[in-house]
Amino acid sequence: MSIAIFLSQILNGLQYGLLLFLIASGLTLIFGVLGVINLAHGSLFMIGAYVAFLVVKASGSLWLALPACVVVGLALGALLERFLFRYFYNREHLDQVLLTFALILIFEELRSLLVGNDFHSVPVPAALDFSVPITAGFSYAAYRLVVIGVCLALAAALFWWIERTKMGAIVRAAAEKPEMVDVLGIDARRVHMTVFAVGAALALAAGGLAAPLTSVYPNMGDGLLIVSFVVVVIGGFGSVSGAFWAALLVGLIDTLGKAYGSAFSGAAAGGLGAALPAMSIYMVMILVLVLRPSGLFGGRS
Amino acid sequence: MIGRNRLLPQTSAGWAALAAGAVALALLPLFAPAYYVGLVTTAMIAAMLALSLHLLVGGAGLVSLGHGAFYGLAAYTVFLMSPEGAPRPIWQTLPAAMLVAGLAALVVGALSLRTKGFFFLMVTLACGQMIFAIFHDTRLGGGADGAYLAKPLLSIFGFTLDPLSLPRAERGWPVYYVALVQLTATYLALALLLRSLFGSVLEGIRVNESRMEAMGFNTGRYKLAAFVIAGVLAGAAGHMWSLYSGFVNPEVVGWRQSAEALLMILLGGIGALVGAVVGAFAFVALGEIAQMITSRQLLVEGLAILAAVVLLRDGFMGLKPPWRGARSPRGGGRESALR
Repeated sequence: MSIAIFLSQILNGLQYGLLLFLIASGLTLIFGVLGVINLAHGSLFMIGAYVAFLVVKASGSLWLALPACVVVGLALGALLERFLFRYFYNREHLDQVLLTFALILIFEELRSLLVGNDFHSVPVPAALDFSVPITAGFSYAAYRLVVIGVCLALAAALFWWIERTKMGAIVRAAAEKPEMVDVLGIDARRVHMTVFAVGAALALAAGGLAAPLTSVYPNMGDGLLIVSFVVVVIGGFGSVSGAFWAALLVGLIDTLGKAYGSAFSGAAAGGLGAALPAMSIYMVMILVLVLRPSGLFGGRS
Repeated sequence: MIGRNRLLPQTSAGWAALAAGAVALALLPLFAPAYYVGLVTTAMIAAMLALSLHLLVGGAGLVSLGHGAFYGLAAYTVFLMSPEGAPRPIWQTLPAAMLVAGLAALVVGALSLRTKGFFFLMVTLACGQMIFAIFHDTRLGGGADGAYLAKPLLSIFGFTLDPLSLPRAERGWPVYYVALVQLTATYLALALLLRSLFGSVLEGIRVNESRMEAMGFNTGRYKLAAFVIAGVLAGAAGHMWSLYSGFVNPEVVGWRQSAEALLMILLGGIGALVGAVVGAFAFVALGEIAQMITSRQLLVEGLAILAAVVLLRDGFMGLKPPWRGARSPRGGGRESALR
């Protein structure tokens, strides 16, 4: 339990948290602006990883794969909104759950049809396949640092878009008071389509970034979907900045819990304490919901 | 007036149709090959789980995404009571499984019912995932790979029926009939409950909870009671699953189990209790048909669900025979554009 290991776990937690933010920010925007519970958001993450895998296989370059993920994500998001979700805004949440559950099945099977069910690994780009010495006895994989950097850049771009552009102002307004946006004569359909496309693109980008770290496999978005919902709830619905801090919190709790949890609970692997790390983030969420229902970082009550 | 509930058949013809369905199920093993007897058994188990959830969804308007946890917990209770090679009689395992599921539902309900709507969905989901983590991450119940268990013995009043003593083609029958009895009992218990004052209060809560509060009902207690009853019944279904399959793995506790139960209710029709049963049978049949025509089972299932959610707004039970006309009892078509 040296300080170097602790530092690397902190960095791992940050990197996991930032990837979570890319997924959760789309989820929270789509829920906040469109009022849709998108269970298929984890599948979008998986699609991103597979797009990265295919592009890297064809071209050998991860630098091409990331823009490809963003472009595919924007297109896929816009298409899904235009031809499916648009007809579900006034339906009950239950219908949306059903619709997005069906999409999970369809995406899984299409993935199996097109790419198969094998595990694939995506190589880290050769230029980044080294470790950066941070202190005397401790170095950290360069690619992971790049992931942290790219995530931060994407997060900054997202915040800039939301806080500084006219479209962003409309999106914020739509998350707060959708009726007002309608009344002001703004074309809500364009706002909806943009938000869905951006949300999908962020999820695909997260998948593309994660591909070299986790390898690419079926159902890889399933666990992340639930954790992202936890992030959305802790951060407060529709709040992108809330999602940011909540994602970092959840990422750190999860990573540190898995690294040090067994030491605290004093149980050997496989004992009852082994479930504690996985349970901790849910406990945090329930605490937040019971004590502060609008979310830890949500301003509105 | 107490005695009616919108989820139950409104005419005696409706009850007769239900009875006819039960009789048809009772006669099925006489005509169907053993494989289909097993398949219908799984459909009946799924129907029990969906029925128990429907008490919350249709009865009280509480949409839970953690209901599979009580089902799975009951199956794991059977495993913990009777590890491989040491079976116990069903009159011990069934009450124990229902008790464990009910206690878990009491804790989860006390916590989750402090929230409403989407937050309720999230808290139930989180509680379910915590129970999933216990079985997935620890060696308590065989770990992530699951484990075989000794199926409970079908014994009552000292008399034990061993399915292996039957001819090969009839070995699935005992479990089939236990499932049928349990499914019928679940439906009738829920029907009685919905027709009582308790059911009327739940219906009131679904429509307008604050009005029920203003009328002096302690709505929190009613909701918690409904949650625990639903949990106990889900436990009975989970026990049935262990009896049928003899195997448990963390998937039985996972959130997909809960989502599928919800899916069955919506597929069958949220406006009728029997919709849960219809939906469960449709779901199982859909999977089977998809498997027959293609190896791409999920694709067919996904597309069928998609078609159902786009086209059938009230599930299969919302389909009207053409001679009835399309008019709804309230006279209006769609709700007005004003929301």
